[in-house]
Formats: sequence, C-alpha cells, structure tokens
Amino acid sequence: MDRWIAAFGGRQRLFQLLALSVLLLVILPLTLDIFRLNLLGKYLTYAFVAVGLVLCWGYGGILSLGQGVFFGIGGYCMAMFLKLESSAPEFTAIQSTPGIPDFMDWNQITELPLMWVPFHSLTLTIILMLTVPALIAFFIGFAMFKRRVGGVYFAIITQAIASIATILIIGQQGYTGGINGITDLRTLLGWDIRTDSARYILYFVCCVALIICLLIGQFVLESRFGKLLIAMRDQEDRVRFSGYDVANIKIFVFALAGVFSAIGGAMFALQVGFMSPSFVGTVASIEMVIFCAVGGRLSLIGAVYGALLVNLAKTMLSETFPQLWIVFMGALFIGVVLLFPQGLAGIYTDFVKPPVAGWLNRMRGKSPDAPVSQEVQP
Amino acid sequence: MSSPILLAIEDLTVSFDGFKAVDGLNLYVERNEVRVVIGPNGAGKTTLLDLICGKTRASSGSIMFKNTDLTKLAENQIVKAGVGRKFQTPSIYENLTVRENLQLSYPAGRSVFGSLFFKTTEHVLQRVTEVASEIFLEDRLDVSAGLLSHGQKQWLEIGMLLIQDPELLMLDEPVAGMSVSEREATADLLRRISNNRSVIVIEHDMDFVKDIANKVTVLHQGKLLAEGKMDDVQKNEKVIEVYLGH
Repeated sequence: MDRWIAAFGGRQRLFQLLALSVLLLVILPLTLDIFRLNLLGKYLTYAFVAVGLVLCWGYGGILSLGQGVFFGIGGYCMAMFLKLESSAPEFTAIQSTPGIPDFMDWNQITELPLMWVPFHSLTLTIILMLTVPALIAFFIGFAMFKRRVGGVYFAIITQAIASIATILIIGQQGYTGGINGITDLRTLLGWDIRTDSARYILYFVCCVALIICLLIGQFVLESRFGKLLIAMRDQEDRVRFSGYDVANIKIFVFALAGVFSAIGGAMFALQVGFMSPSFVGTVASIEMVIFCAVGGRLSLIGAVYGALLVNLAKTMLSETFPQLWIVFMGALFIGVVLLFPQGLAGIYTDFVKPPVAGWLNRMRGKSPDAPVSQEVQP
Repeated sequence: MSSPILLAIEDLTVSFDGFKAVDGLNLYVERNEVRVVIGPNGAGKTTLLDLICGKTRASSGSIMFKNTDLTKLAENQIVKAGVGRKFQTPSIYENLTVRENLQLSYPAGRSVFGSLFFKTTEHVLQRVTEVASEIFLEDRLDVSAGLLSHGQKQWLEIGMLLIQDPELLMLDEPVAGMSVSEREATADLLRRISNNRSVIVIEHDMDFVKDIANKVTVLHQGKLLAEGKMDDVQKNEKVIEVYLGH
C-alpha cells in the first residue's frame, strides 16, 4: 500500500487530489445548476491540456504553443463520430446525398471521404483519438528534438503548426465543416447527449478522466523519468553525457501531453456539442499556456484550478467588458509570470500552507493524547 | 588485458569555418594512466574533450577507444562505451538532492520506459552511499544540490561520473575555484579513482598537475607541442616560451 502511495505522488499530493475530487464530484454538482455545471465541465476540458503542459513545459522545459492542435484532434475525432451518427440516412433524407454530414452536402460532396470512414465505429474513434495525437507528437518531436531544436524555436514552430492546422481545417470546408466546425451533434450510440441527465453523466465522466490523467501525471513525476525531466530542464548536456538519449525523453513527454490534450478535446465535443477551428488555433493554444502558468506550471493540481479560474474570469469579464477581456488576459499572464512564477500553487505553498500547517501542529500539540498513530494506519 | 593503450587518437582535426581548433593531433592514453593536458588559452584542450565525448564532431581523424571509433557514435553511446566527462563549470541538477543527482547518474533505466518503471534497488542505494562517501558528501545526501559550495558541486559531478564506473574519465579543470584544502582532497580523490581507470585532466594549476600527473601533454594552437614527464616538460624550451614562461 505504502509503495503505491509513494509511486503516485506521496500522501500529501494524493490528499490534495482527493480534495480536488471531492470538490469536483460532490460539492460542485450539489451546489451548481446543470447549466453552470456543464460550463464547468467545458472549463475542465482545458484542464487536461494544462496538466499536459505542466509535464511538458513546467517539468520538461519544452514550451509548446500548439497544444490546441492536439485538443483539436481529440475534439474532431469525437465530433466526427457524433456527426456521422446524427447524419444517418433517416435524418438526412432531404439532402441530395443522404447519409453524409450536412456540410458535405452543401459543399457538393456526394460520397463520404475515406478519412471519415473509421469514425463509424466508436471503438476505432477512441483508438484514433488516442493514437493520432501521439503519432503526430512523435513525428513533430522526432523531427525537432533529434535535431536539437528547442526553446524559443520549438515554441515558434508549434505555434506555426497550430496556425497551419487552422488554415487546413478552414480551407477544407467539405471535409471538416470549415470555419463553422462540426455542429449539431446529438447522440452517442443512440443516447441523447443534450439532455440534462446526459450532461450530468458526461460531467462526471470528464472529472473521472481528468483524475486518471492527474494520477498518471503524478506517477510519471515520481518515477525516475520525472526526475530526469527536471534534470534535463536544468542541465540538458549533463543528462546527455550521462548516457541518456535526451530527444527520446522529450518526445515521450510531448506525446503524453498531446494525448492528455486530445482526451480534453474529446470531452469538449461531447459536453459542448460542437467542435470548431477556433479551439485549435494560435490564440486558443496560447490561452492554454496561460491556464497552466496561472495554476502553477510545476503543479498538476494547480493547473486544474488555473484552468477553472481563468475560464471563470473569462466568462464573467467577457460578458461585461467584451473588448477588455483580451487585455486583461495579457495583463494576467505578465503579472503571474513576474510576481508569482509558481502561479496559484506557489501562492498556496508560500502563503496558505505554512499557517495551516502551524495551526495543525498546535492542534496536535494541545491534544497529545489524541490517537494520531491510529489515524495513519490503513 | 589485450593492449596497454585504452585510447588512441590519430590525426584528429576539427575545423570551425576554416579555423583548426585541433589540428592533426595524435594522442595515446594507456590504461590506469593519469594524463594531464595543459596549454595556453585557445590551445584546443576543451575542444579535445568535446571531440572525445562526441559534443563536437571531428572533421577528420579517428578516436579509437578499445576497439570502437568514438567519432562514429552518438553521445549516449559513447557514455555506454565507458567514457565519462566532467564539464568546466559544474553541471549538476541544482533542483534535485545530492542523492537524486547520483541516482539519476546510475547506469540503468536509461530508456524512456526503463526510467518510467525503474525500481531503486538496494544495490543502487548502496552504490550511492559508497560514491557519496568517496566524494566527501555522505552527510549531505538529502541536501538540494544547488545549496552546495562550489567545490562540493565539482565533487558531486565527479561522483556522478564515478557511479557510472567509466573506464576513461575526463575532467575539465576539476579544481578551478577550490580552496587549498579542497584541492588537496581532490588530488587525493583523483589518485584513488585512477587505480582502475584512465583519467584525462585539463588543469592550469601547476602544483596540482605535478601532484597527480603520470604524463603531461602540452597543446598549442591545436597541435601537440610536447609530451612526457612533468619535469621534462617544464624544462622544454618551447613550452616555457608559449606557456609556462608567462
């Protein structure tokens, strides 16, 4: 038991994860109505990306400004499956070619394109949703890291890739739905995802998936690989000349972050009911980095809070001051980087934790008879 | 033991845009030898180590280590072949503890999945303690490496190489910035660790060189200027002119 606790981040981290789980799975569903909860679920899909960025950027030192691409792959895979289901011939009888998505019909496409065919099957969709981002990250990583491209250059290239992805999606309207994206998603294997009960269930599925990703992240960080990430960020040459292939380490962590993002994207399509290129491009990708920075780029759990709070602020502020939001977002990013480089997690460890720990110690000190040892035993 | 020669460098040249940092160099290092490389600034000493460990690629020539040509191997393969290299400025993982620094340098679990599922065995822990006591850091194992003194950082990096048990150890100015007592301790350390391996040291401190060297190689403008016992080299006219005389 102790070995497992240690492997997944130790007692304290697991306790923080438990607190987050209680908040997400119990407190918020009991206090929020389904409209707000669904919105929260949408924010949580960005948390997957932020968690991936903690591993890749915070620990590995690889700043990717193109995580929207992976979010998009996950989202589009899921959206393509859902779209095919809601485009069954009986729903699309009025089209000139029934049985294909409506936007294809509008674009004079008369046959389902080959790349859409696998998305008739949910199993294949899920497999592709997980493997395609891993493969693309592998190819990008292989091409860049084996050639020792890193730092700012890597960030700019990923930014360019995000831009290319958007242009491709918008340009290939007949295959992707263009700028409108893939809309009007209705059912998953006949189960209507637009009802309140479905939204509740999808919210919980999203939370559980996120918690699993957090556990995987903590396992990675606790392993020798996690220490290597820190070592590589500090002294890349020393790692290389200690017999490691640095490029492989980078490729793996970049691919893992990509897969996490794709899961988030798929959960987004399911909960929000559409997917569009605006979640793929450069602006979306940079916003994702801000969620991670605000949460604290060295804290997996902090990244979740960061994604939630920034998005909450975005929703509230952009409703009241639509023009000011983007300025505020920029100011927030600069402020966090300058004043709180460790983000919310840093504020927690510096200002919240010491007084609480002191208070706990005093409590224990006052009641020495308390059966402390019994509590610890499993 | 087949041949007394561990490392044979022949006709090694590297040119950076026409400037030959190392120029037609021949160098032979025997097993269990401590070789010190000296020379004025820009003589190509650090470049030589860069070439051996694969950080810089040779323009021509060969570096035979046992039976393999290192110029054809990737950096991590050169390490696996048994070459360890310490950098001029201490390169340690400042955000990790001394123990973690040494554990990461232990030669196992070097692949991605190997490191993800690596289990720290008793043997690893034992090696870490052994090496830590050799480099005078046994009671600082749980200290963050960034908090060590400059000299201790140098020792830690040497320890990170020792735990890999390389047959050839290359040290770039290991005593730079050390106090007198630290220098003595380091000389002692070098004598102990050179018992069963060859060591190449770059150093400017002549007293330290005299203390440890079996043989000295003097480089000048990428070429071999002189080679031999320290006493002979010190009497060499050319060496005095370009280096020692100043």
